[in-house]
Amino acid sequence: MGETEIAWPWQYNFPPFFTLQPNPETRAKQVQAWKALILDYCKQSKLYLIDAREADNGPLFNNASINRKLDGAVIVSILSEMQKSGHAAPVDKAKHRWEVYWHTLDEWSSMIYAHVYSKGLQGTVLTLFELSQGDDVKDEEFYGMQQDVLVKALQVLERDRKCELILSDEDQGVKFF
Amino acid sequence: MNRLVYGSPALSDNETVLIRERNVTLFDGFDESRFQEGEILITTHRLLWGRPEAMARGQKCLTFMFAQVTDVEEEPPYHYERHRKVVVYLDFFPDPNADRAIPESMFNFIKLCFNEGFSSDVIGNIQRQMLYWQNYIPPQIPDNQPSSNQLRQIELRTGIVGIERGLQAKQSLLDGTLTLAFKDLTKLMCMAGDMVRLSKVISKKIKDRQGDITEDETVRFKSYLLSLGIDDPVTRDAYKSNNQYYKGLAKEICEFIITHIEEMGGMMALPDVYCRVNRARGLELVSPEDVLNACKLMEQLGMPLKLFQFSSGVMVLQLCNLDGESIAEATAVLVEDCGSLSAEELSQKLGISVILAKERLLVAEKHGKTCRDDAIEGLRFYPNLFLTKDQ
Repeated sequence: MGETEIAWPWQYNFPPFFTLQPNPETRAKQVQAWKALILDYCKQSKLYLIDAREADNGPLFNNASINRKLDGAVIVSILSEMQKSGHAAPVDKAKHRWEVYWHTLDEWSSMIYAHVYSKGLQGTVLTLFELSQGDDVKDEEFYGMQQDVLVKALQVLERDRKCELILSDEDQGVKFF
Repeated sequence: MNRLVYGSPALSDNETVLIRERNVTLFDGFDESRFQEGEILITTHRLLWGRPEAMARGQKCLTFMFAQVTDVEEEPPYHYERHRKVVVYLDFFPDPNADRAIPESMFNFIKLCFNEGFSSDVIGNIQRQMLYWQNYIPPQIPDNQPSSNQLRQIELRTGIVGIERGLQAKQSLLDGTLTLAFKDLTKLMCMAGDMVRLSKVISKKIKDRQGDITEDETVRFKSYLLSLGIDDPVTRDAYKSNNQYYKGLAKEICEFIITHIEEMGGMMALPDVYCRVNRARGLELVSPEDVLNACKLMEQLGMPLKLFQFSSGVMVLQLCNLDGESIAEATAVLVEDCGSLSAEELSQKLGISVILAKERLLVAEKHGKTCRDDAIEGLRFYPNLFLTKDQ
């Protein structure tokens, strides 16, 4: 997924970055840097789901060149921190798997609605596939969005009565108002 | 054990066997003797010990009369040991010419060690026979014709007086052993006194001849001598109250140690202080607690040193003008110069103990000057780029 293109921040090659700092001031800076890195990484590699147990596999939490990796517990605590600002949410109760939103769900929903509005698609029904994989959305940032995340973003719109989700087993669609 | 004699296992006229036990080892006082793992026979008159089968063959056995017994008790057993020990306090055998088990012994008791315990009431039986023979002053033991002056009055060991007397005897024996043990030490102390005097003379001479010395070794020797030795050590005896004593001690420690602490970068762990002070005092050693109490007083007495406790609990004596900020600052500079440092490396750089080095790094971390890297290779500290480097 084009990992080579990722512009790693300087912290990534700084060994203390991979140890949770006890000094609160330092830790705040460190966690902030991690948050930025995680969001940036996910955005560039279009990654919607992170599994804290499989952190060793990817380069994000495991810098092989300096032989440092971030502990699973620390990853979870950083993701929990991100949850507070709406940039992540745990999928399972054990908090192993996390959805990462480099745009918050609110941002995603307004982006989708803006697209629908500009194309004049209010009142029509679109399938979720069309909305995330269709030719019309090729240039949009939410192109290729994972369905679970898409549904969550649409649920935000639904709450604002801007659309209605049709989630039957066969075809899953959405009607915009 | 010199109170046991060799005798025939043949029973006398009205003597009957009460108890027989196997696998018994004799102890001469506290020491194991060569009489190991034999049989004992307790009769109405005496106790016999023989090698296995020796009694049956009528060979000579070790024996003592119950009339000799002054006290008997069981040694409290350790819970994990199977064997049980019975301590028997003995008087001398009536006949001085009898064939003794061993010629000399410093103990007035023996121990019977029952390697596999005992089933019968050994102590009760010995006690009963002891009391019987104490109240019954025997006419004369046949075979032996002891001369009258050697016939010992058998002491009565009943009642409180008896117990007290027993305790007194034990006490005096213990005193004897202790005096013996410390005899050598007294000599050593005398010699050490001479040594201290000698070293004082040398150090004085060197002080007088200051300037003449150029050679490296002599200079070092001089500095050793000067750092050694507190002329008139403060002792507890010289003060009426603990508080006064601690104050005096605090003053002495402060005067002595301050130059060393300055050399070491303004901080010294309390164990080091303790060792140095005691080395300097030479003879009149102080306890760690006294040093601690004295150091606690330093700050309120307005001395240039104070006791400081790190959050980890490590206690150090440090210069009063040294605070966390300046330590952090100085440590951070070192870390920055080297790129990164572990506690061991810093301790080598500064010539301080690893514990102190770690404390310094932790202080620096606390002040946000360094940050840690806790990897498999160990804990290292880096300059805190998180705070200093711009995003």
